[in-house]
Amino acid sequence: MSNEIEAIKDPGLPAHVHRKADTDPKAAKRAERQVASMFLMSAFGTVLLIFSFFFIPDDVFVFVPILGNQNAHQLGLGLGMAISLFFIGMGAIHWAKTLMPDVEVVAQRHEFRSTDSDRKDFVSAVKEGAAASGLGRRSLIKRSLGAALGLSALSPLILLRDLGPLPGKELEKTTWKTGTHLVTDPGNRRIKASDLEVGAVAQVLPEIEDPEHRKLSDIAKDAVLLIRLRPEEFNLEADRLAMTHDGIIAFSKICSHMGCAVALYEQQTKHLLCPCHQSTFDVTRAAKVIFGPSARPLPQLDITIDDEGYLVARQPFSEPVGPSFWERNSQ
Amino acid sequence: MTTEARLGSVANYVDERTGAAAWMKKNLQKVFPDHWSFLLGEVALYSFVILLLSGTFLTFWFDPSQREVIYDGSYEPLEGLKMSAAYASTLHISFEVRGGLLMRQINHWAALIFMSAIVAHMMRVFFTGAFRKPREGNWIIGIGLLTLGIVEGFLGYSLPDDLLSGTGIRIAEAIIQALPVVGSYLAYFAFGGAFPGEAFIPRIYTVHVLLLPGAFLVLITVHLMLVWYQKHTQFPGPGRTEKNVVGYPLMPTYMAKAGGFFFIVFGVTAFLAAVASINPIWLFGPYTPGQITAGSQPDWYMGWLDGLVRMAPPIETHAFGHTISWNILIPGLIIPGILFTGMALYPFIESWITGDKREHHLLDRPRNAPNRTALGAMSLTFVMVTLLNGGNDIIATHFDLSINQIMWGTRFGVLILPPLAFVITKRLCLSLQRADRELVLHGRETGTLLRLPHGEFVEVHEPISPEKAYLLTSHEQAPPLELPAIDAHGVKRAGALRNKLRSRMSIANAEAIPKVSATELKEIEHH
Amino acid sequence: MKRLSRYRRHKAAAPLLLFFALLTVGATFSVASATTSAETTSADRSVQIEEGRQIFLKGCSSCHGLNAEGMQIAPALIGVGAASVDFQVGTGRMPMADMSTQAMRKDPIYNAEETAALAAYVASLAPGPAIPSESSLNYERDGSTAEGGELFRNNCAMCHNFAGQGGALTQGKYAPTLMGVEPKHIYEAMVTGPQSMPVFSDKTITPEEKLSIIKWIKSAEKEPNLGGASLGRVGPVTEGLLGWTLGLGLLIGVAVWLAMKAR
Repeated sequence: MSNEIEAIKDPGLPAHVHRKADTDPKAAKRAERQVASMFLMSAFGTVLLIFSFFFIPDDVFVFVPILGNQNAHQLGLGLGMAISLFFIGMGAIHWAKTLMPDVEVVAQRHEFRSTDSDRKDFVSAVKEGAAASGLGRRSLIKRSLGAALGLSALSPLILLRDLGPLPGKELEKTTWKTGTHLVTDPGNRRIKASDLEVGAVAQVLPEIEDPEHRKLSDIAKDAVLLIRLRPEEFNLEADRLAMTHDGIIAFSKICSHMGCAVALYEQQTKHLLCPCHQSTFDVTRAAKVIFGPSARPLPQLDITIDDEGYLVARQPFSEPVGPSFWERNSQ
Repeated sequence: MTTEARLGSVANYVDERTGAAAWMKKNLQKVFPDHWSFLLGEVALYSFVILLLSGTFLTFWFDPSQREVIYDGSYEPLEGLKMSAAYASTLHISFEVRGGLLMRQINHWAALIFMSAIVAHMMRVFFTGAFRKPREGNWIIGIGLLTLGIVEGFLGYSLPDDLLSGTGIRIAEAIIQALPVVGSYLAYFAFGGAFPGEAFIPRIYTVHVLLLPGAFLVLITVHLMLVWYQKHTQFPGPGRTEKNVVGYPLMPTYMAKAGGFFFIVFGVTAFLAAVASINPIWLFGPYTPGQITAGSQPDWYMGWLDGLVRMAPPIETHAFGHTISWNILIPGLIIPGILFTGMALYPFIESWITGDKREHHLLDRPRNAPNRTALGAMSLTFVMVTLLNGGNDIIATHFDLSINQIMWGTRFGVLILPPLAFVITKRLCLSLQRADRELVLHGRETGTLLRLPHGEFVEVHEPISPEKAYLLTSHEQAPPLELPAIDAHGVKRAGALRNKLRSRMSIANAEAIPKVSATELKEIEHH
Repeated sequence: MKRLSRYRRHKAAAPLLLFFALLTVGATFSVASATTSAETTSADRSVQIEEGRQIFLKGCSSCHGLNAEGMQIAPALIGVGAASVDFQVGTGRMPMADMSTQAMRKDPIYNAEETAALAAYVASLAPGPAIPSESSLNYERDGSTAEGGELFRNNCAMCHNFAGQGGALTQGKYAPTLMGVEPKHIYEAMVTGPQSMPVFSDKTITPEEKLSIIKWIKSAEKEPNLGGASLGRVGPVTEGLLGWTLGLGLLIGVAVWLAMKAR
């Protein structure tokens, strides 16, 4: 134990070393001038800020080394503010360092623990107060108080009920129904199968009555990605193959992991990459997950063409789109 | 009237009504120890003030509403497009309000510096053991501030409702939705319906501008009051003991230095806001769930969470018609929960291991607490590996790597590198202790060679000053706990397994190179 | 002459003669092969196609096959159209420098005339997308910046990033930066879907919409960075890095100076 071995003695605070400004009045004057020039620099910064604010138009650009072409108004404002603040600080600190007393002072720490008599007094004060309230004796008061307080805690929770509607079955439904036309996003134009070349990709939404006022909450579930491959490139079960049309396949664009838009399509590998967490989906195998944290493939939309050759959905999505939730009943 | 007389009458006025002179006289002379690392907390504090000031400016122009507007401001590339009022008002602040872009950038840079300073300050407190009794409460408040800071920052940069931050909100919604049983309900309550809805931005505005700043004010005040009342810790050294504080008085030295430092922090933040563009939301475009950008990341203080989510194995369980997304819950909630709880409880864990229940006001030099320092290095390594993975696509494009390689590398790295960092750091600390011991016993190597009369060449060692010798040997080296499994009566003690674990950890914790004693030094001197 | 013939059996005579002969042939060839950029008539075109075929055989067939039928390491070029060739060769991607993950933009090996010849040859193999004419590329007149931005964010930003700076794909592939790319090449890329990039049909993104996209890209390219240096226009990663290094670094620097004793 270190107590048993004699420790090296504390030599005490080292002797105070004086600064130049402490002993030499010329050095002190120099320090004073340095502090003053810093404060003056700050004033210059403020002037620069005011000047830039009122007099530099915001369409003037200057070339600054390292930064490139900079907007003069913004740069003047920013640098002016930075200089005006920074040099007040520098001046104050330099003043403290060179001219204010720097003799180390020793102060004593005090014991936190209260005296034993104070502690006793505290305990008896609490005890007497509790006894005086009568709470201990009057169990009827105690129980009814408990009930009142407990119930009143429910009120704020109840009052927050209207924060939102209950989800109901909404998470499981999208706008896609049997016969819904696929339209371009943006543009809202119907798409014919022949419009797409092999290797082509299209961002697609369901056709609605009022496309100018599509709700973002609908887009968050309706967004679909249309991809055309050569039919022989598919590696699908018969039922999934039947959901494609002549090499065209459609998937929900909303990532099955956490809901980002999955739209990075690699034409050569036929992989879809989600840029949020790098989940990778194989289009030839019905968007099966081949890398990354997503646990489910992207839902596939069953598509076909109508009599005019436009692409339509044959039925709604057979499973909820987007991220998982407790009530999601996956096969 | 002279200045003194005028001051005197003001002081008299106040004192007659509040008795202020009594407590002011004590506090104006309060002593604060001096070390640059003690200023890290100040950087965080001043950044908070800057956030309040710049944030208030922004609230005068920002419209926290998601109602759809058609843009008709001065930024041509967005002319005529549909967007939320929140996004449009942010564009207005950036392009039409003079000083608006500067204030937006100051607010965002201040937030980044705020979080960096909190982390750096936390590391300083941790590595020097300043969280020990009586400061455990303050440590917990600090962890609370760190957690709230992460949330506040996330909410702050999500307010403009741009494509990048909107994507982040989508992910936050997915985490809420993934909670078992209550997930979809909580998500619908938070968003006022389906995602994205129109209620979320206005609601987080209230949280960001009122509720969290209020919580910060309370917590920071308590945090500072505790530091004030308990007095700041100090590094060991000559003249410094557990019972004193050595430093400079508040007035005038500390007022000038600390006050001046506020202007420095503000000035540096303004400088960054002047020369470095941050969060150029006009380039991102307004948020719509059908769009996304390559390289979607949260701000750095959430980057490690993003990295954890990216590297998670794709595990989901489907049973009895219900889904639990472990691939979201584990990296998004469970691991961070364990981490932050562990951090908050660490002072108690350490005192359990060491059995040390005394007050500590002298800091540890990190090398003298090798286990603690190694644990800190291990946590830092964990955060850095996950942070790296959070930016794996940016790293891949800039360094010609593959995201798949980086992902696999960090999947293994996050398990292998932290324990490796622990072992290496502990060994480093012990060898630094050894170097200290050498320095005390044999003095400083001067590099000068001396030829002795009988022909031997020796290097001249200069003995170190008594002040330095004291600094290198004043630390405590407590032995491990004595926890016998069998007590005096030969009965097996209760909690034997816990005690065995405790004993083992205590032994590992106590591993150290014995410091030089006065006796040993005397022996050397006579050598 | 008599003086010269005295040296006909000199040992340097043969090499010197060879040198002069080569010089003459080379000079004659370079003079003869320099052509003017005149309008190609149909006769010229078949000459051009033949020229293209020759260049193809020399520089492309080793990977793409003698009849552009494709091989293990390179796809068939039948039906890819003149636009594909103009893009790949014009941006220097082809001939590929090495068999790495993907072809990258670099200084073109072939000049404009050679590229046109190659394009004509490949176009002659089977119908495919044509090189857009100058008049059809007037994006300033026919495109809309704002609409282009919407289209860009919907169709391009997920790979190329919100500001066209490029982004990561899987297994080390990447979508390159769109800065400094000729409008013609941007158009051709959208139409032909080079390498990992998908095709954007003229029906799903109309030619006018493609011009709008180009107009937006050019506007983003010219747009100065407001509020300071750009940090790469890649988002929070570089911002966080600068905050820690320059921001906290400067502040720690001042803190160290603050706590130091003055001289």
